[in-house]
Parts: sequence; C-alpha cells; structure tokens
Amino acid sequence: MTELQPKISFQHVSKKFGDGLKSFIALNDLSLDIADGEIITVVGPSGCGKSTAMNIVAGLIDASAGQCRVSGNSVKGPGPDRGVIFQQYALFPWLTVLKNVEFGLKLQGMGREERRKRALHYLELVGLKEFADAYPKTLSGGMKQRCAIARAYAVDPSVLLMDEPFGALDALTRVKLQDQLLETWAKDKRTVMFITHDVDEAVYIAHRVVVLAARPGRLQEIIDVDLPFPRNEEIRLSREFAAIRNRVWRAVYDQ
Amino acid sequence: MSIAVDDDLTERSKENLLRPERFLWGILSFACGIGLWWLATVSGLSVLPSPWTVLMRMIELAFSGQLWLDMFASLRRVLIGFLFGSLIAVPVGFLMGWYRIARAVIDPWIQFFRVIPPLAIIPLAIVTLGIDEKPKIFVIFLAAFLSSVVATYQGVISVDRTFINAARVLGANDRVIFARVIIPASTPFILVGFRIGLGSAWATVVAAELIAAQSGLGFRMQQAQLYYDLPTIFVSLIAIGILGLIMDRIVVRAEQRLTHWQERVYHD
Repeated sequence: MTELQPKISFQHVSKKFGDGLKSFIALNDLSLDIADGEIITVVGPSGCGKSTAMNIVAGLIDASAGQCRVSGNSVKGPGPDRGVIFQQYALFPWLTVLKNVEFGLKLQGMGREERRKRALHYLELVGLKEFADAYPKTLSGGMKQRCAIARAYAVDPSVLLMDEPFGALDALTRVKLQDQLLETWAKDKRTVMFITHDVDEAVYIAHRVVVLAARPGRLQEIIDVDLPFPRNEEIRLSREFAAIRNRVWRAVYDQ
Repeated sequence: MSIAVDDDLTERSKENLLRPERFLWGILSFACGIGLWWLATVSGLSVLPSPWTVLMRMIELAFSGQLWLDMFASLRRVLIGFLFGSLIAVPVGFLMGWYRIARAVIDPWIQFFRVIPPLAIIPLAIVTLGIDEKPKIFVIFLAAFLSSVVATYQGVISVDRTFINAARVLGANDRVIFARVIIPASTPFILVGFRIGLGSAWATVVAAELIAAQSGLGFRMQQAQLYYDLPTIFVSLIAIGILGLIMDRIVVRAEQRLTHWQERVYHD
C-alpha cells in the first residue's frame, strides 16, 4: 500500500561539514518519517541542524551518511517535486512578479499562454494578481513571501519545504500567512515540512512538532499536536493549545 | 542626511522634483566659476586667457574644423579600445567567476597588470607596435579591459547564493542558472565596470596622445604648449571634459535602463 509509505523519510541521516579538526557535525543520525499529507514543523535552537535537514530533502546539500527518501526515491539533487520557500524570499529582482512565478513553468517547457494562465491563477490565490507586472522591489515583505509561495505552488510540487518562511515578517502578517497556508493545505493536502523558531507557529500549523537539539544536531522529541483542523483563533487561544506549546517550549529550551 | 529606500513611484516623482532644481544650482555654480576666472584675468592676478578669449578660440577652431577632427580622432581611439576591452572582459570575467580554476590561472595576471598604470605601457607599446594607432588603442583596450574584467567577476562571485538555490529547486540546471540568474544578477556590477572602464579609457587616450600622436585633443594641447598657446589648451581641456561627461551620462542612462529593477538607496 502506498499509504503506508512515508512521503519523506530520513534514515540515519548525518551531515558533517569540513574535515579534521575544523569539522562540525550539523546533523547526527536523524531518523524521521513524514506521512503523505502531513504538516511537520521543525523547531530547535540555532545549530540544531534544522535547515540542514531541510536542505537535504531539497537536494541542495548531500547527506554525509544515511539516506533521505522522498516518495520512496532516494534524493539526488533538487527537483520540482519539492517546492522550497526560503526565508529571504529569493525572488529574482530582475523579473516581474508574474515572470517570477512563470520561472519554473518555463523550465518545464510549458507554452506561453498556459504558463501565463497558470501563474495568474496562483497569483490570484495569494492575492497578488494586480501586482503581476510589478517588480519585487515595490512589494512589502509579506507580499514578497506570498509571491514566493505562488512561485513554489505553480510547479505543483507534492512536498513543500519551508525554511522559516515567515520569520522576517511582522506578527499580524505572519498569522495571516499561517492561516492562508492551512487553507491551501486543506484543499490539496500537500506534505509540508516547515522550519521555524517560533514555538506558537510550530504548534498552530502542525500535525506533529519535531524538536531538535543542538551540537550535534539531533532528534530531541516528537510532539503530537492533538488539535482539530481547521485551526482558528479559538484553538490558538485554547488551554489545550497552551499546554502543547508549553511542552514544546520546554523541549526546546530546557535541553 | 537621511537614507531611504524608495519604491518605484516615489523614486520617479522624487527625481522629477529634484532635477530642475539641481540643474539650476549646477548652472549657477558654473557661472560663478567662470565669473571668478574672468575677474582673475581682468584684474591681472593671473596670466590665464580670459573666458572670452577662450570662447573666441573655440569658435575659431570649430569653424576651421580642427576641433571636430581632434575630437573625432580621440573619440575613435577611445571607442575602439573600450569596445574591444569590455567585449573581451565580460566573457573572461564570467569565466573567472564561474570556474575556480580559470580564476586561479587568470587572476594573478590581472592583479599584476592592474597595478601598472596603462600609461607606463606606452613606451613598450610604441616600440613593439609602432607609432600609428595601434599602441594608443592597445593601452586604452588594456585600461578598459582591466576595470571591466574585475567588475564582471566580482559580480559573478557576489551573486546571492539563495537566487541560485531558488533556481535549482525550480528545476534549473547549470546552463539555465548561468543564463537566467548569473547574467542578470551581475549586470549592475558589469555596468559599473563599464563606467569606470570608460573613464579610465578616456583618461588614458588624452595622456597617450600627449606622448605620441599626430592628431587628437591631447596632441593639440601638446602642440599648443610648444607655442605657449593657452587658449587652445583651454579649448581642448573643455572639449575633453564635455565629451567625458557626455559618455559618462550615456553609460549611467544605460545602467538605469538595464537595472531599473534594483533597489536603490538614496542619500539626501
């Protein structure tokens, strides 16, 4: 059964940077399965290897030991089946918003008209359709990140990898984008691996929170978030939410 | 002094607001300078020719065609040398930025030649290339090449890693990354290199003509110096300044056109 096969699977994954005395173990023997359609958030102090883990799934760096599989296939370099959203937005400033979203579609060899239609569809989804012809420099941080999200969605990845995507945004914008992410997830049930340093955010959007420990980066604890979907403000302010948040907080800071 | 990052709209309106005012101040400043010059000459404080004499000589040289011929000769050298220099510099710079080995092999040469003023090459160039156009164009080529090549490879190596990663995760291979990320991202650097290159090419041509030439603005000044012909020296200097300014403005315009997408920081 395909249902039993995890979407993302870390099997004893380690990553060492550098050689000899200067070497540094970013990630030590991480094993973790993420189910299809699951939202996993990863939290931990700096140096816990959370970005390293994500970059290994993305195929941007290779594991030193162990194996990472996505949909059962061992990861060998980046691919459009895994959409990545970076903290620094990483929009190409020399392209308009529309052309940014079309970038990946163009690489797939999609025709002009279809590309444009599809890009506009996703821009509409994130509320940026009127800004299609604007350049990124004219957008606010939140709008830039929404554009980056549209760009990642446009190529229709089965996995979304998000590296502190809302970290640079103000609290209100952040909450709005969290809700938007969950709304979109409710429709397509994509697997999401979401890295954050914000414990509230980690609990609010996740099925499970993965807590990593630092030096060397390793798995500390996996905490189930036993809260119903759709999540809303009521849940965010509930006692159950607070209890889970406190547990995650302790796991992160009392290591 | 305040620093503000503007978006597209305010940027444009701000420039429009500033332009006529700044232009007026510029005119006023020049007028004052010429006024001081005139005062210095009529009061006998200076042996320089008066602005009037210089203007008369300029008209004279313009009507005889001499001025245009000299300007044409200098410009021709600059443009040929600059064009070849920068056209070769861009691919070499990309090569150095993209391949570590190319950088390791080429960089020492560039660093070495960069510290030799192009003018110091002239004696060698004259001896080996003869006294016609070749040595002059060669030193200009060298001046333009060195500044553009350094700018280009600086541009390539300073491309933000996240742009490359973003392209890779969207399915881009090395060829696509080079064409769609490296080239546009380094364009601002390359254009700055062109601007510096054009400036040093222009500085070099005049100096090269002072040493060895039968035409050009530098040659004209050198001739005038022999006959103590100060007005002609002034006319040549002014022509050099104006041509240099015009060329610089053209590059700046091109830069604004090609890199309008950049976030700019204004210092007021």
